[in-house]
Amino acid sequence: MPVPKRRHSKERGRKRRTHWKLTAPTVVECPHCHDPKLPHRVCPHCGYYAGREVIFVSKDKEKTR
Amino acid sequence: MRHGDKVPKLGRTASHRRAMLRNLVQQLFVHERIQTTLSKAREASRHAERMIRFARQDTVAARREVATFVGDRAVLRKLFNDIGPRFVERQGGCTRVLRLGVREGDGAELALLELVVRKESEREKQVREKAAKGSGRGGKKSKSPAEEKPGRKSRGKQKPG
Ligand SMILES: [Zn+2]
Repeated sequence: MPVPKRRHSKERGRKRRTHWKLTAPTVVECPHCHDPKLPHRVCPHCGYYAGREVIFVSKDKEKTR
Repeated sequence: MRHGDKVPKLGRTASHRRAMLRNLVQQLFVHERIQTTLSKAREASRHAERMIRFARQDTVAARREVATFVGDRAVLRKLFNDIGPRFVERQGGCTRVLRLGVREGDGAELALLELVVRKESEREKQVREKAAKGSGRGGKKSKSPAEEKPGRKSRGKQKPG
């Protein structure tokens, strides 16, 4: 079984992990309710997509946004 | 290389996959709009389009071909008598996939799969009428989409409380 030969410094591990980065999701403004939403998706706040209401979003849900 | 990957397997064996796609397609024809995951919606849409292509022909041969996939007689009848005629003038593109975002729990991308020309389902009607009664704000699926497009301001005003 392979086993580490030398101690591994904190710096070494941290340097490796400098490449672990998060990317922010692209967000666009909903043309209908002006809330932020993901592009190419039905707006979860108002249920609109491509200029018409495609799904029903209850008002309680709308309020809590 | 992506050789031999033409058919999305959806994590299922061939028989499981076929059974599931049949269910999805039949349910789409019954309800006119279904919610599922994005990959299932895309795959089901291919099969639904194929069935509608047959339904447009409206021949006995086409009916039998479709019957090998759509087992339910009532659905078959609806497909040929109701759905097919709606799309006679179209060269495909009879279904639409709308992306809904990510599902809580497993992070799967959800989508709506719907017929491009569709009727309002019973359930949608109920929801719409209930919403219309609840407040002045017209619910979903108002027959005239141009009637009003409330912006942020007008909508805030109409909110109760
Ligand atoms: Zn919106």
